[in-house]
Amino acid sequence: MNAVETMGVRKSFGSGETRVEALRETDFAARFGELTFVVGPSGSGKTTLLSVIAGLLDHDGGSLRVLDADMEALSNGERLRFRRQNIGFLFQQYNLLPALTAAENVAVPLIAGGTPRKEAEARAASILQTVGLGSRLQALPAELSGGQQQRVALARALVHEPKLVICDEPTAALDHQTGDAVMNLLATHALVPDRAVVVVTHDTRVLDFANRIAYMDDGRIVRTEERPSLAEVS
Amino acid sequence: MRFIALRMLTADRSKYLGLIFAIAFCTFLLQNQSSIFAGIMRRTGSQIADVTEASVWVMDPQTEYFEQTKALKDTDLLRVRGVDGVAWAVRLFKGNPVAKTESGKYAVTTMVGIDDETLVGAPRKMLLGRWEDLRLPDSVIVDRAGYRLLYPGEGERLGRTIELNDHRLTVVGISDASASFTSFPIMHARYSEAVQFQGQERKQLSFVLAKPSAGLTPEQLCERIQKATGLRARTTDQFRWDCIRYYLRNTGIPVNFGITIFIALVVGTVVAGQTFYLFTIDNLRQFGTLKAIGVANRTLVGMIMLQALNAGAIGFALGTGMEVGFVSIFLHKIATRGLVLLWQSVAIAAACIIFVVLFASWLSIRRVLRLEAATVFRS
Repeated sequence: MNAVETMGVRKSFGSGETRVEALRETDFAARFGELTFVVGPSGSGKTTLLSVIAGLLDHDGGSLRVLDADMEALSNGERLRFRRQNIGFLFQQYNLLPALTAAENVAVPLIAGGTPRKEAEARAASILQTVGLGSRLQALPAELSGGQQQRVALARALVHEPKLVICDEPTAALDHQTGDAVMNLLATHALVPDRAVVVVTHDTRVLDFANRIAYMDDGRIVRTEERPSLAEVS
Repeated sequence: MRFIALRMLTADRSKYLGLIFAIAFCTFLLQNQSSIFAGIMRRTGSQIADVTEASVWVMDPQTEYFEQTKALKDTDLLRVRGVDGVAWAVRLFKGNPVAKTESGKYAVTTMVGIDDETLVGAPRKMLLGRWEDLRLPDSVIVDRAGYRLLYPGEGERLGRTIELNDHRLTVVGISDASASFTSFPIMHARYSEAVQFQGQERKQLSFVLAKPSAGLTPEQLCERIQKATGLRARTTDQFRWDCIRYYLRNTGIPVNFGITIFIALVVGTVVAGQTFYLFTIDNLRQFGTLKAIGVANRTLVGMIMLQALNAGAIGFALGTGMEVGFVSIFLHKIATRGLVLLWQSVAIAAACIIFVVLFASWLSIRRVLRLEAATVFRS
């Protein structure tokens, strides 16, 4: 079953001569229980597709179903709630709040959803243990290495048990070894049967982790490739 | 989300302190200038307030304020006494003779001549000597500020002689009279002597002080006196406000202070607003991340308001503390005594700081609400 399904999705920015069509009749699907990679050259529309899927950007046309919900039919408030409950984010620059400790950062999605702070931080501590940062709960982001920060960000993306995890260049700022370690953690902890993971990347070193790779160019998915992932093989 | 908002606010200490101090100095300036202004305005009627026994002041209809009087006829005292409802009425002289000390120091003074028999109007707050000693011939009481002006660097002692219009007087007391607007030494003497110190004029009676009979308010007595005599009668409070209004109308003082207060408000608003706005800009990625995660706009607005109110409240408290410190130090200095921190000054400053905080929040809120959450994907 598809967790994400777009059919003929269009999105453009600007108007007149400065109009840029970022997505042109884009058809894309991501299945539950799979790591789906979206790859392509810069400016091909990968990040726009990701933003549209996550409900951060409105699309201009076409149909978009995420976790069986018609995104067009949702009001702004419903879309916000939907995102809060069902989507986890992993960013290239980690986007941790520098004033909060690792545990507090991880607890943010739970607190935003109304979980009491104490309970949220306990759950955050638990998930930080699973990504190997049990001893750095009180560390500020500035006190952590890049790899550790991305593991905190991964814990934050998973703490509220979302059904869809969206990752934007999660290894771009990491060296090969650390990138592999983060991808391993992502494959190990994010991949469960009722969850889908969509990864946008330029990093060809981590393509072996993908179950499906959607190649994107000029606002369209030009080719999709299915393959057993490294995680599955191992 | 409150703790997140506060952590974000205080994470960068230098920016946080900059914001707090901008608001604190704005608060201090607003309160300080309004306090000094209020102190100066209070001085215009301080000699009226110092007369505690009488509650009605009767004067010539042309007399607008304490410093500038048109003399009454001596018979006016009797006319006032004849008004139904007057418990008692006494005369009061106010003039500005020049005093000269043994060492040759000169100073224009504010001479208050009080009723010889009752001594109504004598200074009740004495620092040295007794006001009853004014009954002694050729005696005068000088206020402390005046004494220090006439005898700079010398210890306070009684029995010194002072010369006014060729009359040699003995200082029998040093009073703690309220600071006057002109800062002249304030001297009290008996009426019959005080009128001799000014150049001889046909009419010398400046004011008649009166007290209403039991059951009659000062306002009612004023009406009766005005009706019966055609003279102007004001309660103590009304006369003090007459003086304040006169200076407000006829001097540049309110304009000068108004400009300073306005500049303090503008500078405070701009500096605090800009600092807070820059703080928000610096944290835009964090707000974007929160938006992406699913934090509602109203929650973000609440966070920004909390940050602004926190900085505003701490800055206001600090600024008020600075002003309280300023007032408590300078209240006891001779030149600045009478300085007063009115609750109205605090309230007006608080209202201004709330405006500053709302303005700063508004700038930041606009920016955050317009922020597209998708920007978090940009590296």
